[in-house]
Amino acid sequence: MNGAQDLGGQMGFGPIELEENEPNFHAKWEERAFAMTLAMGATGSWTLDASRFARESLPPVTYLSSSYYEIWTRGLEKLLLSNGLVTEEELKEGRKLEEPKSVKRVLLADDVAGTLSKGAPVERDVHQPARFQVGDKVHTRRINPEHHTRLPRYARDAVGTIEVVHGVHVFPDTNAHGEGEQPAWLYGVLFKGTDIWGRDSDPKLTLRIDLWEPYLDLAR
Amino acid sequence: MSAHDHDHSHDHDHSELSEVELRVRALETLLTEKGYVDPPALDELIETYERKIGPRNGALVVAKAWTDPDYRERLLKDATAAIAELGFTGRQGEHMVAVENTDDIHNMVVCTLCSCYPWTVLGLPPVWYKSAPYRSRAVRDPRGVLAEFEVTLPDDTEIRVWDSTAEIRYLVIPKRPAGTDGWSEDRLADLVTRNSMIGTGLALEPSTLEDAA
Repeated sequence: MNGAQDLGGQMGFGPIELEENEPNFHAKWEERAFAMTLAMGATGSWTLDASRFARESLPPVTYLSSSYYEIWTRGLEKLLLSNGLVTEEELKEGRKLEEPKSVKRVLLADDVAGTLSKGAPVERDVHQPARFQVGDKVHTRRINPEHHTRLPRYARDAVGTIEVVHGVHVFPDTNAHGEGEQPAWLYGVLFKGTDIWGRDSDPKLTLRIDLWEPYLDLAR
Repeated sequence: MSAHDHDHSHDHDHSELSEVELRVRALETLLTEKGYVDPPALDELIETYERKIGPRNGALVVAKAWTDPDYRERLLKDATAAIAELGFTGRQGEHMVAVENTDDIHNMVVCTLCSCYPWTVLGLPPVWYKSAPYRSRAVRDPRGVLAEFEVTLPDDTEIRVWDSTAEIRYLVIPKRPAGTDGWSEDRLADLVTRNSMIGTGLALEPSTLEDAA
């Protein structure tokens, strides 16, 4: 979706704020928000893509004026509500008012190391040949879906070159919305800066963006 | 008057904490009562990223690539497997790619759409990496971004910006500084900063370590 998260190429955000010896967390609540998000993810109630969509579909004003872990907290609340795991009233009261829904699993302390080191690979078996090969010129589609997508606005309707064929990966556009993984070929696509930004580009800039087959057509 | 000031500052501090902190506390209480989360597991998750998984992992990978040509080759060919050789696997590092800086090419990594970052080798991303100023500008004006990190590259250096739109995670192999011949991997790893592995910095010069020692 064309939400506030799609920041590539936007202007006016000012200088980058750097902090010497920055800690991972700036407050206790950030630690808890981080850990709760991971632990709830481990219950298998939603996909990583769905959690990204929950964050990016926050109102732009909220997204841009919230700190990172506030965005995570708000995203988590949305997911808990939309999946029926908690009610609005429970969130407001901060206590259990209704019996819990069953979840696939609950992450226990002893399982943390194993779960993290296993991760969640998204490469899937190949069932059909790749449509493009290295060196092909491709044209990214001009799309503006309201659903989750990982084709950034700045890279739409642009011509690039297939540089890498990564394999078949879970397709976020469907996986974010309960429509299944629908795995699709994923490519590393090379763009010249000037083909993205025109004459305003740094002449020595090149961009690499990982894009799924449904975002691409052969360039003519 | 002073009592009023005191109350005021107290209320102020309290409300600054309360909005989001109380919200997160309430959430943890609720999720625990519901049985969805186990608080010791939350402690363990935090502890893992505070103590065990951080940029030292990536620095060891880079130092090994600098000293062992066979490892460097394996890393460039299949970074996930090469990084796993050192025991770094898993969440947000499931599909790794290593990209190497040379005299002609400088690589820099961003996630314009969220905050994708190679956790297994760098730990959790710093605030600036997740912020709008970096995410908006890295893909359009990388030299301007690098200048803010006090990195200046020759005009004819190609700047390759990698936008992490999928689950592929990128690790930059910075250039090995001159004057480090014969150094051990451990000592070399001290030169490899987090930012040098994102591409917003360069590896430290050996003199910086000598200064510190």
